Amino acid sequence: MHLTPAELDALRLSLSVAARSVLFSLPFAILIAWLLTRGRFAGRWLLDALVHLPLVLPPVAVGYVLLLLFGHKGPIGGWLETHVGIQLAFSTAGAALATAVMAFPLMVRSIRLALENVDPGLEAAARTLGAKPLDRFVTITLPLIVPGVIAGAVTAFAAGLGEFGAVITFASNIPGITRTIPLALYTAIQSPGGDDQALRLAVMSFVLGLIGLLLAELLARRARQRVGR
Amino acid sequence: MLKIKIAKRRDGFALDAQFEVPTPGVVALFGRSGCGKTTAVNIISGLLAADSAYIELDGHVLTDTTAGIAIPPEQRRIGYVFQDGRLFPHMSVLRNLEYGLERTRASQPAITVDQIVSLLGLEQLLRRQPYQLSGGERQRVSLGRALLSQPALLLLDEPLAALDASRREEVLPYLERLRDNLSIPMVYVSHQFEEVLQLATHVVLMDAGHVVAQGPLSQVSLVPQLRAIVGPDSVGAVVDGVVTSVDTSCGMAVISVGSGLLNVSVPRVSVGDRVRVQLLARDIILATEEPRGLSVRNQLRGVITSVVDDEDDARLVTVDVGGCNVLSRVTRGAVEALSLQSGSSVWVLVKAVSTRGHAFRLGSG
Repeated sequence: MHLTPAELDALRLSLSVAARSVLFSLPFAILIAWLLTRGRFAGRWLLDALVHLPLVLPPVAVGYVLLLLFGHKGPIGGWLETHVGIQLAFSTAGAALATAVMAFPLMVRSIRLALENVDPGLEAAARTLGAKPLDRFVTITLPLIVPGVIAGAVTAFAAGLGEFGAVITFASNIPGITRTIPLALYTAIQSPGGDDQALRLAVMSFVLGLIGLLLAELLARRARQRVGR
Repeated sequence: MLKIKIAKRRDGFALDAQFEVPTPGVVALFGRSGCGKTTAVNIISGLLAADSAYIELDGHVLTDTTAGIAIPPEQRRIGYVFQDGRLFPHMSVLRNLEYGLERTRASQPAITVDQIVSLLGLEQLLRRQPYQLSGGERQRVSLGRALLSQPALLLLDEPLAALDASRREEVLPYLERLRDNLSIPMVYVSHQFEEVLQLATHVVLMDAGHVVAQGPLSQVSLVPQLRAIVGPDSVGAVVDGVVTSVDTSCGMAVISVGSGLLNVSVPRVSVGDRVRVQLLARDIILATEEPRGLSVRNQLRGVITSVVDDEDDARLVTVDVGGCNVLSRVTRGAVEALSLQSGSSVWVLVKAVSTRGHAFRLGSG
């Protein structure tokens, strides 16, 4: 199957948006997951609910909230534009942000599950051996949750390839900039005589998703072996 | 000197313990499961906060709740060997061993990897991952890892409890070697009296969160409260002596105990070694006259210092045999027939064979 330039654009954009969203949100996901498992603070339930909100909200609503916050006139978006010179709305970076927010709960869940499986006794042992908090996290906790982090990242990446509602609302449907595969697919369906195009894009989504999921399983298995479980 | 004074309440359990033991040496925290031993060592390590605590090791105050002192565990230089080993599963044995060593401030570590590897017999294990080790091997590595952090004190929380009997026999000699070769004070938590007998120099006897007796094992072995913990058949005075002659052909040795000599069955000792033997109270025979024509090898002269009620129809008699005490369990009838009482002069008879398995080498000199 030969890909047309427009299809290649969509594929490249999908991969880039999903990759950026994962890279950007991974450190936050680890931090939030750690807070939710080990943190002892009053608003934990609220943080937990906030993180999981994108799972239950209509993606369009998430995109709209992002538009309000990060848009031209939004409090964060306006500040970013004047002080940093970054425009998020209607840009590839914006598409990545929308994708990251949508996939965030998936990543946090997977990392959190891994953290809950780490025996706090190992961290206590490291402590008696002279390791300070950051040292313990980097040398003991982090290596032990690597399988969960990888599984979470790859799942989020695979899910990010298909994000539609939040992206089209926040970043719009601009060819070559924010038109990822699902957006191109939607466009094809909307245009008369675009049935063949739609089918080709649907097959692309299917193949990409499958590869992503298999990769997640493979990487997680290899990481688990390294830890000896 | 290790000075401990700790108190902690939680969920209907109250720990309130105080003891002082000389360093270096092996102090056994001995008592039934759930009497607060593990809680006590967790507080000593700093991993658990106490309601009130004063912990001082060789002049350094580690915890003093009244003065607001609480040195964090990572700065205490206290090694901890956990019951379950707690090796880091993602590191090789060698990396586990080096973990604590790399985090010490000592530029010239007193305890080196080479030394630990040969002392604990880890040569073949260094490249393995923890999941490839047996339970006994795991505990040996855990011991080595704690020692390599150059600790000023080593806490061992029932390090043999998770092992079956044969594995326990495999690890115990290594613990003896550590005691004899390194002058690191150790606190050894156990509910197995055999381990205490083999390893401890001092004993802190705990029951329901309180210290009921403390001191050298020979003294604590005479304490009546011990019976409820070890069971009546394991009651018996522990005596330490020095080997004066050895008969290697039958694994017997003569040790000087108090003012007398005792034939005991103890393997692999040489003249001058210190030996500890527990003389079980049920195996000790008392006589009011010097007996003749008996197969019993040991006959010690002594004076009764006390006669107390033991189980049902028995009495526990304490006899001073020239500066060291021996316990004997006799029937009430025998006490009356021989009119045994405090001050009576008696002969203490000990079958040498009865000491088999109850005598241990403590070290040389």
